[in-house]
Amino acid sequence: CIRFILIQNRAGKTRLAKWYMQFDDDEKQKLIEEVHAVVTVRDAKHTNFVEFRNFKIIYRRYAGLYFCICVDVTDNNLAYLEGIHNFVEVLNEYFHNVCELDLVFNFYKVYTVVDEMFLAGEIRETSQTKVLKQLLMLQSLE
Amino acid sequence: LSCCWLIHRHSDKPAKMPAVSKGDGMRGLAVFISDIRNCKSKEAEIKRINKELANIRSKFKGDKALDGYSKKKYVCKLLFIFLLGHDIDFGHMEAVNLLSSNKYTEKQIGYLFISVLVNSNSELIRLINNAIKNDLSSRNPTFMCLALHCIANVGSREMAEAFASEIPRILVAGDTMDSVKQSAALCLLRLYKTSPDLVLMGEWTSRVVHLLNDQHMGVVTAAISLITCLSQKNPDEFKTCVSLAVSRLSRIVSSASTDLQDYTYYFVPAPWLSCKLLRLLQCYPPPEDGAVKGRLVECLETILNKAQEPPKSKKVQHSNAKNAILFEAISLIIHYDSEPNLLVRACNQLGQFLQHRETNLRYLALESMCTLASSEFSHEAVKTHIETVINALKTERDVSVRQRAADLLYAMCDRSNAKQIVAEMLSYLETADYSIREEMVLKVAILAEKYAVDYSWYVDTILNLIRIAGDYVSEEVWYRVIQIVINRDDVQGYAAKTVFEALQAPACHENMVKVGGYILGEFGNLIAGDPRSSPLVQFNLLHSKFHLCSVPTRALLLSAYIKFINLFPETKATIQEVLRCDSQIRNSDVELQQRAVEYLKLSSIASTDVLATVLEEMPPFPERESSILAKLKKKKGPGAVSVTELEDSKREGGELNGGGDRGPDTASTPSPSADLLGIRSAAPVGAAPASAGSLLVDVFSEAGDISSLTNPLIPLPCRFVCKNNGVLFENQLLQIGIKSEYRQNLGRMYLFYGNKTSVQFASFTTTVSCPGELQSHILSMHLLEPLVEGGAQIQQVLNIECLTDFSDAPLLNIKFRYGGALQNLTLKLPVTINKFFQPTEMTSSDFFQRWKQLSQPQQEAQKIFKANHSMDTEVLKAKLLGLGTALLDNVDPNPENYVCAGVIQTKGQQVGCLLRLEPNAQAQMYRLTLRCSKDSVSRRLCELLAEQF
Repeated sequence: CIRFILIQNRAGKTRLAKWYMQFDDDEKQKLIEEVHAVVTVRDAKHTNFVEFRNFKIIYRRYAGLYFCICVDVTDNNLAYLEGIHNFVEVLNEYFHNVCELDLVFNFYKVYTVVDEMFLAGEIRETSQTKVLKQLLMLQSLE
Repeated sequence: LSCCWLIHRHSDKPAKMPAVSKGDGMRGLAVFISDIRNCKSKEAEIKRINKELANIRSKFKGDKALDGYSKKKYVCKLLFIFLLGHDIDFGHMEAVNLLSSNKYTEKQIGYLFISVLVNSNSELIRLINNAIKNDLSSRNPTFMCLALHCIANVGSREMAEAFASEIPRILVAGDTMDSVKQSAALCLLRLYKTSPDLVLMGEWTSRVVHLLNDQHMGVVTAAISLITCLSQKNPDEFKTCVSLAVSRLSRIVSSASTDLQDYTYYFVPAPWLSCKLLRLLQCYPPPEDGAVKGRLVECLETILNKAQEPPKSKKVQHSNAKNAILFEAISLIIHYDSEPNLLVRACNQLGQFLQHRETNLRYLALESMCTLASSEFSHEAVKTHIETVINALKTERDVSVRQRAADLLYAMCDRSNAKQIVAEMLSYLETADYSIREEMVLKVAILAEKYAVDYSWYVDTILNLIRIAGDYVSEEVWYRVIQIVINRDDVQGYAAKTVFEALQAPACHENMVKVGGYILGEFGNLIAGDPRSSPLVQFNLLHSKFHLCSVPTRALLLSAYIKFINLFPETKATIQEVLRCDSQIRNSDVELQQRAVEYLKLSSIASTDVLATVLEEMPPFPERESSILAKLKKKKGPGAVSVTELEDSKREGGELNGGGDRGPDTASTPSPSADLLGIRSAAPVGAAPASAGSLLVDVFSEAGDISSLTNPLIPLPCRFVCKNNGVLFENQLLQIGIKSEYRQNLGRMYLFYGNKTSVQFASFTTTVSCPGELQSHILSMHLLEPLVEGGAQIQQVLNIECLTDFSDAPLLNIKFRYGGALQNLTLKLPVTINKFFQPTEMTSSDFFQRWKQLSQPQQEAQKIFKANHSMDTEVLKAKLLGLGTALLDNVDPNPENYVCAGVIQTKGQQVGCLLRLEPNAQAQMYRLTLRCSKDSVSRRLCELLAEQF
């Protein structure tokens, strides 16, 4: 299952950190830095997977942003890789062509998108139509 | 750069203005974020933040009541500041207030703040829980989801206590909305993972399984994660899920790519759900029902067939989604390991991927093939890809892919290809990344040993290893080559000649000096006939390395020298000269000095006969599992030993040191010498004549581990029958404290290990086992989480489930090194049957009515015994309460007597127990009577309690 989700830019700024495991604040900071260090040195010829402590990171780069999901070593790499893409496509629809700034200014909405699609470290909903419908409904609420 | 679109799907649209101008949401927040982004320096940022914090603080403290919108905006700003990495020490109350707002956006910000900044402030938790409770019962699906997400995100014990019984109800209620069901399922999963003892199985469990049939695919997707987790812990209770999962899978796999509409992803029907279904099936053995099994095999075949069809899209998303299912299906095929046809097909499919242009696929194929190599059905098929894999090892750009290739070569190695594989791995080692060298070295060493038919090849390989990667050759590796040389006299001369040649190199690795010193000390005589390697030449060669070596190596060399004196009397004078010189005999290192002094004395006073006896050739080592294999397993961690290695040692265990060919028919016979866990003590038992001790100790620093051979079982202090907390064990080094709590048939024990010394304990490991029968009576005695260092005390959590009544106690084994010596102790854990008591209050008439009902002779156990402890009323009462039963007043007509009642909760049944204790103060005696609905429980409780009073 998912241990955490991180969205970072190339400079290492965190755009989203979602934790599904108990870590204290120092540990979180350390993880964020370590993930940035292992992911940014890799190029397009490398796999989208990196061993990470006792886990593995499945990541994918979109423009200047790295979307990283830390999962157990026995988890299905490709399912989570496409889980990331599915999530990014939802963000893209929701923010009408998503860019990094959207995530900065609407950080509190991004959490809602995450919770619709991933919960308790598991995949909750995979249908883009269903997620977007729900997000639009929430958007319309006061 | 940060306005770059992440993906291009609507590229006809104009470039966007930053979201600040969008106008929805909170303008003040957007302005603040812009300000922060425009700060030129860290100082400016901090200044701006402090200004904002002061502003918010004054708003919160102001006389004017804030409206919901402002409160939301300020709380959201605080959250933003926190996410920038600053501490936030106020605003929690305002966030909690937002929870009771009727407006979604305000509530959402409140919940988000709580989820991100969880605070264990108990006052606050109570308020939060109250708000959650209101939202859960609001019947408003949006609010219910917010509340459930908050519980799922925080997952604290307090929340579990408050909601663990409510959420299953929401999950299975007929009128719950689909989206709420999805959230409830995963919320429950989170609570089950953090507080399994609080989530009680019940009537809802069977209904949860049927969610696999739900019309809404999203509900199935969420529920299946919960079902998988529950199945892993309670396989029997959930086994009906197998046939349901198979039929669901079959419907998805056979559907056309458009059938599932919303759940079709790049022409692949429900890829994530398919993966989850295939994963659930991996919790179980192959279905017994022929029809179900047939249907499943059909699904797996269809998935394999689809992999061969032309792709419906060129997009990588399409192939990734399709292959995600394929790899999960292959995992299931490997898990079953019973369908030769499917295994071979899987192998062929992976073989195609080995040459795919996508690095991801090559990597995954190598990884997956590794497990296929361990199946007897597909081992040969995997071997056919050896050239491709060797090529991958040489040419892949990504080190992690090369690592997988090395793993696969290791897994596919057998007698037929060992020489080729070992040679390739050795040549790869020369350029291998530092991060994987040590593991590579171990693998080469293991393969060389396992498949050595001709031991000169083995010796060459290990010496090559030392030459190429000496720094990465651990003690285990060079100890092992020495053991093997000592045990096989056909290779001793060759080994002596080879090390002699290797030592000629001007710069040879210290490990080479160690092996060389040891082997020449034992078998130098075998090559001494050649004038080019005469005794003095050998000695001078060794001694030329002496001064560059570390203390342990020098100590080893000194031992080799004294052995030389015995082997070659003509070297005696030269060596005595060396021993006598100040740098030896007055060496500041005690060990070196002592050896020099003792060896010098020994060589001067002992007769040739005595010398020959003392310095006799080493006796053969007892055969046992290679210590290197154990090391490799240890390196990978107990949980991470791949199936390959387990299978491997199962198959190969019997021939670590020579032996017959492996045929497929011997594959499933585990050899007694294979220790699958690799934890067997490595101390050589009785191999060492005491007089030759010094040399032996060089090679077996563990020979000093006498304590590991005498491992007394420490009995359970009887006070823990009536107590849950306290110090369980203490000696000069270590204190072990426990705290435990029990609820129904579940228990949780916290173990605290305190180091009483100022020195760190090395390799501290603990294991819990249930000896003998107990295994079937107590379930999931597993230790949670790896040990965490915390000052001088570390803590460990143990979860316990009582399946049926039991009498033995589980064992806790602790191993660690203190000052080089292995400490090994085994304790009984205070898990006794009475821990699972639920007190039962009853009236006098009820009590005696039940007492009469339990009148069969075997239901009663009675004991009359002398008091061992104080007979004081208060002490007795405290003990009886600690027992876990209800102490009933005014029941027994004799006020001196005590009666108690309780129910023991096991997973399968409840056992009612009644107890009567009759003290006789005058005689200092007791009569104890127990009547239980199960006779074994009466007997066990009677035994336990008789020691308490």
